[in-house]
Amino acid sequence: MKIPDLTELALRNLRESLLRNSLTTVGISVGVASLVAMLSLGTGLQELLSRRLAKSGLFDTVFVSSRRDLRGMSREEERKGPTPGESRVLDEPARLEMERLPNVSEAYPDIRFAAELRYEDKPHLTMISALPLSAKSNDAFDGMQGDFFSSETGAEVILQKSFAEELLGKTPPLGAPEPAVTELAKPLLGKELTLRYAQRQAARATQPPLRGNGDTAVGDSVEGAAYSVVSREQRLRIVGIADLDPETMRGPTRAKVFLPLGLAEGLHVIQPTDLREISRGPTDQPVYSSISVRVKNPAQVQAVEETIKKMGFNTFSILDASNSLRQVFRVLYAFLGIFGSLALTVASIGIVNTLVMAILERRREIGIMKAIGASDGDIKKLFFAEAGAMGILGGIVGVVLGWAIGQIINFGTNIWLKSQSLPSEHFWVVPLWLVVFSIIFAFLVSLVSGLYPAARAARLDPVQALRYE
Amino acid sequence: MTTAPVVSSARGTAAVRIENLCRQYQMGETLIRAVDGVSVAIGAGEFVALLGTSGSGKSSVLNLIAGLDRPTSGSVVVQDRDLAKLSREELAKYRLHVVGMVFQSFNLIASMTLAENVELPLRFAEVDRSQRTNLAREALERVGLRARMNHRPSELSGGEQQRAALARALINRPKVLLADEPTGNLDSHTGTEIMDMVRQFNRELGMTVVMVTHERALAERYAQRMIFLADGKLIDDRANASTVLDSREQGGRL
Repeated sequence: MKIPDLTELALRNLRESLLRNSLTTVGISVGVASLVAMLSLGTGLQELLSRRLAKSGLFDTVFVSSRRDLRGMSREEERKGPTPGESRVLDEPARLEMERLPNVSEAYPDIRFAAELRYEDKPHLTMISALPLSAKSNDAFDGMQGDFFSSETGAEVILQKSFAEELLGKTPPLGAPEPAVTELAKPLLGKELTLRYAQRQAARATQPPLRGNGDTAVGDSVEGAAYSVVSREQRLRIVGIADLDPETMRGPTRAKVFLPLGLAEGLHVIQPTDLREISRGPTDQPVYSSISVRVKNPAQVQAVEETIKKMGFNTFSILDASNSLRQVFRVLYAFLGIFGSLALTVASIGIVNTLVMAILERRREIGIMKAIGASDGDIKKLFFAEAGAMGILGGIVGVVLGWAIGQIINFGTNIWLKSQSLPSEHFWVVPLWLVVFSIIFAFLVSLVSGLYPAARAARLDPVQALRYE
Repeated sequence: MTTAPVVSSARGTAAVRIENLCRQYQMGETLIRAVDGVSVAIGAGEFVALLGTSGSGKSSVLNLIAGLDRPTSGSVVVQDRDLAKLSREELAKYRLHVVGMVFQSFNLIASMTLAENVELPLRFAEVDRSQRTNLAREALERVGLRARMNHRPSELSGGEQQRAALARALINRPKVLLADEPTGNLDSHTGTEIMDMVRQFNRELGMTVVMVTHERALAERYAQRMIFLADGKLIDDRANASTVLDSREQGGRL
């Protein structure tokens, strides 16, 4: 029999026992819906996490350091590269070169130093780091009180919540609840702090080097290269209190106070690298201990990383971590899929049941069909078609149902998140592939369920079937 | 008038040849010999009645000729096809193209209209839809049911249902028509109507007809030849004098 004929006959037969077949189809729908719900939850969670990580700036950032730092020399690629003494200096020209690489959105120096901050004449020592304006989208600043820096060079400062607690003397004992960030912000926002730091002052900051060729190439040795280190003060206005910790990944060197990048660069705070680089000869150009290179798309991180390595620098990105995260999600997916499939398995038993019942009811009809020339194959295909039709119908209804359940749960959760004054999230995602996959999967499961009833119907003895009233 | 071929001289061109046919069933402890060593040859274009009481084995013989059942031993050759040698698939093709069947209880599919019932064999034969509709309409026209083609069997009288069943049996232009008590569920008037139609097909299309009945009067009125069965055995096989005279043909014994 041809497929259109089969489909027509199958649908007609399904309509004949409408209630029973509808119930079976509803069973499949529920199975598919649970599968869709589970997998879309998995997809949604993965996307949510990817989004979070992308916002954290870790996945699109390559951290570049100089080989002259003499760190991690056991790594394979570093054995192959130039020796630390011959390798490039991580200075402004290198930064500009990185910034001009394709797919790089910005490259900014990592300025980080310990300094004293005076607030109401009390000294507080802490780690300070500089942030570019683009860090504003970093989700660590979600829920921040106050504002982000108004400009690259504004005399402004953002405090991390725990440092704000320290300033106010409100650091809670271990285990006690944290004070709300709004409470901390009220007395601090708009107040001034005094930053005391060690400034590196080039001895002849305004003069060219002695040889006068203006070139500061590696190997030039100039007499009398020197820095002065001067204690300086800078007044800063508190513009924001960050609720979260933007630098959790930094470990012990994580900063609790943030300055705008331009301002921090202008301060010329002495960096540990300055002491080392003075042995190379004088230069006015600052030398950076590390540079963060932000890539436009996380997918291009690896390529950019390779290019920078070829320039002779050490690089680090969190790409490996993201790969293992993907592995975790694959396992989670498998689990969610298995749980989601359980209901579908039950539903497929329903199909077997329905079709076996249908054989009993339609015994005579099968006998008639055989008597007038239907082959075993025709009968088999007819039952397959019925099973398949139930599967496809159930699959379509199930996808819609699963989507609807997801929307409802999403909606409900967001109401709850709102009541907790948390930002709303879209963590329930039904991608197109899941729609297609679910319907095809339901169809295949139904066909498998149809195997036994179809074979049984095809084997029916026509003489006995015709005798059956 | 179209003539039926002479049977006695038609041994080589027999439409149906049965040799030493046996069909046994195991029913619990007992072995039932439904058909027990029947040999008979039916010429092409013959109208034969299989007569006997219930349990005589006449329906079993018909089912074996129809290819619905397989013999325990012996052979059935229909239109040069040895049914015992056909695969299940080939047997289905045989039922589809070579024989047509009508039953006592009409056996139309209740959920389908007459037109759909009649064209069902064409679906199995994978005939195109447009052609199928035309053929079904023609077939129903031939049995006078054109006007009722979109009705369901339950909306029709028994006679009309049997006429539809006849239209279905003939739609694939089979060589042999097998009828199992075709008038058993009909009153005598409609029974006559159906039988007249069967006789018309037999004469006009040269179709071989094998009819199972327990009504001797019916057999005498329409069949050229009467084969009597009892307890699975052939007990008598004779030409029907009245129909021979009626058709001015010689219905001979083999």
